[in-house]
Amino acid sequence: MADADDTIEILGLTYPRRDFLIYGSVGLGAAGVALVAWPFIDSMNPAADQRALATKKVDISAIEEGQAITVMWQGKPVFIRHRTASDIEEAENTPLSQLKDPQTDAERVKPGHEQWLIVVGICTHLGCIPLGQKPGDPKGDFNGWFCPCHGSHYDTSARARKGPAPRNLAVPPYEFLDDQTIQIG
Amino acid sequence: MSTYTPPQWNNKYVSWFDKRLPAITLMHKHLIVYPTPRNINYWWCFGVASAMALVIMLLTGIFLAMYYVADTRLAFDSVERIMRDVNYGWLLRYLHMNGASLFFILVYIHMFRGLYFGSFKAPREVLWWIGVTILFLMIMTAFMGYVLPWGNMSFWGATVITSLATAIPGIGQPLVEWIWGAHSVDQPTLNRFFAWHYLFPIIIAALAFVHMWALHEVKSGNPLGIDIKGPRDTIPFHPYHTVKDLYFLTIVLIFFSYFVFFSPNFFAEADNYVPANPLLTPPHIVPEWYFLPFYAILRAVDSKLGGVLLMLASILVLYIMPYLDRSPVRSGSFRPLFRWAFWIFVADCLFLGWLGAQLAEEPYITLIRIATVIYFAYFFVVLPLLNKYEKPDPLPDSISEPVTSRA
Ligand code: HEM
Ligand code: FES
Repeated sequence: MADADDTIEILGLTYPRRDFLIYGSVGLGAAGVALVAWPFIDSMNPAADQRALATKKVDISAIEEGQAITVMWQGKPVFIRHRTASDIEEAENTPLSQLKDPQTDAERVKPGHEQWLIVVGICTHLGCIPLGQKPGDPKGDFNGWFCPCHGSHYDTSARARKGPAPRNLAVPPYEFLDDQTIQIG
Repeated sequence: MSTYTPPQWNNKYVSWFDKRLPAITLMHKHLIVYPTPRNINYWWCFGVASAMALVIMLLTGIFLAMYYVADTRLAFDSVERIMRDVNYGWLLRYLHMNGASLFFILVYIHMFRGLYFGSFKAPREVLWWIGVTILFLMIMTAFMGYVLPWGNMSFWGATVITSLATAIPGIGQPLVEWIWGAHSVDQPTLNRFFAWHYLFPIIIAALAFVHMWALHEVKSGNPLGIDIKGPRDTIPFHPYHTVKDLYFLTIVLIFFSYFVFFSPNFFAEADNYVPANPLLTPPHIVPEWYFLPFYAILRAVDSKLGGVLLMLASILVLYIMPYLDRSPVRSGSFRPLFRWAFWIFVADCLFLGWLGAQLAEEPYITLIRIATVIYFAYFFVVLPLLNKYEKPDPLPDSISEPVTSRA
């Protein structure tokens, strides 16, 4: 057995040999545990098939002005609303200073397609689906959507205006294939 | 305290075994001659009753798991099949459903007992911390169990509660997707919740043994809150507590049976008999009754992160109880002002529970804020001030003294 009084020199400093061995083994052991833990932790993340950014084509030609539809994309509801002129005006004329998560309406729609608002229909508070898609639904104080779970109100650009929701409804990646069809994802 | 001398086992097989694994001596020491304060009352029976509830949950759960299917397309129907077709399936499920409520009733009373009689004070801090940890695990277990039947309240409860994680700045979104194993509550979520719902109660059972280990090291407290001073203050566990506990457990089982057999859906939500619909949030999401006070506190502030932190704090604060209530007098019975504060606190917890079931609108929001302030004030203002200014009543000299002097 090595003598406990042995020392070792690292970068000009002297350490007891035993300390060096103990800290070295513990450190290496900890690194090993972390390396082995990672596959277990990562196995819980969404799997490759879930992750595959499935794209979805939607024909929007049948949605009348003032109406909205909900489609599923990646297991999430996506709201597609055909906004009226007054909806758009309201959204564009809201001063940014009144917003919790300041974003202009133009940042949330595609140029030339201002009548189409496409957002992920998941309340940014705790994930409920806000009401306002169907004609009889409450639309909240700002004529957009209302989340019944804890009372969040969204405006005609689906921006958070009142209640606990901290952020605007997310805009998913999408593009117009032509004037009638969009592709989400 | 007298030291323990193990008995000589006369039966030669018992003796042979005990020499190799002293399990019989261990049971003798901890279940037969174990000294208990002679004055402990029925509030001290809620611990053993909680243990019985845990056994009921483990047993019924394991049998339910033989039929339950953790697949989003089949889960709801598999539970309905348990209810309609499986022999006594209705009984297993109603025992398990109502057993969760029973478990929380018993554990909450057990904890209020501890808060009143100062059971968290030295030398019982570690015992108390293990208890709070068990409460945490119970909350998670019950939450995940409620998701399994995949009713609409299961689905939306799971969505709202897991989304609490998104309040954490930066890592919130990746964290919640890691918990879900998907981009929303979905098949991987249900599957892993079933795995954890099976695992956690086993960890709870293990911690319950550690809880007992700590208890038997420091011994039970008692309603007078004074230490055991000698054999005159104690009685052996058997037959006194074995009989008393069995009597109490019978009463608890009668109470439990009323709900299981005559009102099995008393604690249930009608929306959970509707299959999960990822496109339709129920108009009013309410958690099970035992989460309501915490759910109310979640909604006390108009900030997502703030609400989540407050809710966590409302449970975490229990861990530091030994440092908040530093009065050397353990028992509330000798603290005239504390008694008032304590019962106001209990009423406030019940009020928060009621508020948690109301819609998120006025006047409830304001009432929730007031009740939340009272909740935290009890811990951080009232208790420290009481320790400073309260003059406790005189304590008796020993546990046996009031009894022997009255005789
Ligand atoms: C700490 C103890 C436990 C608690 C607090 C607990 C709580 C719950 C709750 C609240 C439900 C939902 C009941 C309903 O709405 O139908 C549930 C369901 C379930 N639990 Fe547990 N549970 C516990 C232990 C266990 C154990 C040990 C197992 C065994 C694997 C288990 C297996 C199940 C199964 C299969 C279901 C779904 C069937 C059903 O909904 O009735 N549970 N649990
Ligand atoms: S989830 Fe929408 S307000 Fe809470």
